[in-house]
Amino acid sequence: MEFFITFIQVLDSTIRLATPLLLACLAGLYSERAGIFDIGLEGKMLMAAFFSAAVAAVTGSVWLGLLAGIASSLVLSGLHGLASITFRGNQLISGVAINFLAAGMTVLVAQSWFEQGGRTPSLFGGGRFTPINFPFAESLSGVPIIGPIYSELLSGHSILVYVAFLMVPATWWILYRTRFGLRLRAVGENPAAVDTAGVSVVGLRYAAVAICGVLCGIAGAYLATALQAGFVKDMTAGRGFIALAALIFAKWRPWHAMGACLLFGLLQAIALRFQNIDLGGVVIPVQAMDALPYVLTVVILAGFVGKAVPPRAGGEPYVKER
Amino acid sequence: MEKMPKWADVVLIPLISLILAAILSALVILAIGENPIEAVKLMVTGALGSTYGWGYTLYYATNFMFTGLAVAVAFHARLFNIGGEGQAMLGGLGVAMVCLYIPWPHWSIALLAACAGSMLFGAAWAAIPAYLQAKRGSHIVITTIMFNFIAAAFLNYVLVNLMRPPGAQDPSSASFPEAVHLPTFQSMFSTAENVVFKGTPVNITFFIAVLACFVVWALIWRTRLGYEIRSYGKTETGAVYAGISPVRITIIAMLISGALAGLMAINNVMGEAERLVLNATEGAGFIGIAVALMGRSHPFGVFLAAILFGFLYQGGAELAFWTSIPRELIVVIQALVILFTGALDNMVRMPLEKLFLSLRKGAQ
Repeated sequence: MEFFITFIQVLDSTIRLATPLLLACLAGLYSERAGIFDIGLEGKMLMAAFFSAAVAAVTGSVWLGLLAGIASSLVLSGLHGLASITFRGNQLISGVAINFLAAGMTVLVAQSWFEQGGRTPSLFGGGRFTPINFPFAESLSGVPIIGPIYSELLSGHSILVYVAFLMVPATWWILYRTRFGLRLRAVGENPAAVDTAGVSVVGLRYAAVAICGVLCGIAGAYLATALQAGFVKDMTAGRGFIALAALIFAKWRPWHAMGACLLFGLLQAIALRFQNIDLGGVVIPVQAMDALPYVLTVVILAGFVGKAVPPRAGGEPYVKER
Repeated sequence: MEKMPKWADVVLIPLISLILAAILSALVILAIGENPIEAVKLMVTGALGSTYGWGYTLYYATNFMFTGLAVAVAFHARLFNIGGEGQAMLGGLGVAMVCLYIPWPHWSIALLAACAGSMLFGAAWAAIPAYLQAKRGSHIVITTIMFNFIAAAFLNYVLVNLMRPPGAQDPSSASFPEAVHLPTFQSMFSTAENVVFKGTPVNITFFIAVLACFVVWALIWRTRLGYEIRSYGKTETGAVYAGISPVRITIIAMLISGALAGLMAINNVMGEAERLVLNATEGAGFIGIAVALMGRSHPFGVFLAAILFGFLYQGGAELAFWTSIPRELIVVIQALVILFTGALDNMVRMPLEKLFLSLRKGAQ
């Protein structure tokens, strides 16, 4: 029974830790499916984390914070769009610049506004997303097996967690069942064909980049106002890159993205709970857990276990023939 | 017909990009309620006003020359090596193993061996992404990013579990023996009555960095291999038609790039810290990207850009010391430089090309 409780607790923290990964991963999915590589997920999340926490701290309203986070992430998305769509620059270099811009600006502005060494004041009360308890969660918790699963694992997360997981079927539906989704996928594979059909390549790509900005904004706001209570310097801690890894691991497909994010979330949860894991004499160091998502991604990219092929027009600026 | 004279491409565009980045940085400083002119004055006196300031400026510049050259060599083969950070970390491990486990009679021999060790480890860390790019088509940018994280985890493990001396608290190796300490500028240039570069980490590896700039220039523009790298970077199909193997060029260019990034460790690990610490690279691998972009991937440009970033780093530290502007201002400036000289290059280039074309028409 004790083992079961521990198991449920680890899964519970898996869901919490997978949420920002999932939001960022889906964000990247829209962008990359439209042919815009985005290694600036990390920067957009970080920017959103700061501005959501800062506005929530000043106004006391977490919803205003969420809006501010999304807006700040959208600004960076616009910059990425300007560089990679309008001026046909290198999308990877633009992503690198955005990551540094966010890393520097958040601390600079935080220091200027709050003077607490690059952090925001701790959030409390209405400044944070509170857990949502499902009906009867309390009274059902005593029931064996089902009780803990319902009241511990499924109930008691903040609303953004449920939003993130609902985004998975929504993304699947948008991409595979709507006209917009078809065009979005087409513009990532063969933009010339989309252009010939009389649909704006630039418009579609900007739309994809904007959706990416909104989702990264929610991911950042979740980090600073739900998972933790306030912004600290570099709080994304490489999550944007793990999300990128998950996206490749999932081969740019929404349901698989959820699977990959849950797997990487589980690795983080295990690393957080147990330090070095002793498996009958063989000790797995905690650093191996940290490195595992990246190693798995390299293996998948190498094509030794099912090859990951990115959208064909990914990374290439579209130049209309004259 | 060329759209622009060559000097405009080499000098004017980087200059305009730099000015744009500077204007935006000044606006940022204004927005957080400080005076940009005062800030620049502080940075100049702090970084260039004394041999102490120069000592740090040149120390940082040495790091950035190595990482900038690393990115530049890969750029010539149209490869974006974002993994300089990880390669430099592994280079540090190579230096530490050479310095700790072999008793050296004199620093000069140790330095040669450390160069070899750091280059070997850096190149080895670049070899796997290079192989995967060349043979399996895995995108080099993604694999090198992943390898940065793997390097950090690996080094963390090595320092905590293997290299940490018994009883020590912080995750770092033992200090290197006295015999392998490198001569600093202070010991090289001070006279009895006039002590210069006092207490600064700049050391003999600065000259190795300058030498590396020259060697890379000769390699890229004066050898057959350099010609092959450049032609592969310009057009892959043309290079294949000329009998150049893409696999061979990709792997060789990445090995050279990784070796150069690894070589940085002789400056920061052997020259400055004199032991291997966690996060010894301090992001220098990423600054290499900005340096290579600003230097237009030319070793002389890299040399100048590295000194500029060395100045920014030391100036930024002084700024953080004397005002309430945090060091992260430099990260913002670095981002703006990458943005304008890299991603938004066409924003500056397109209007300039139009301008030169209309000037030429007017002259005819």
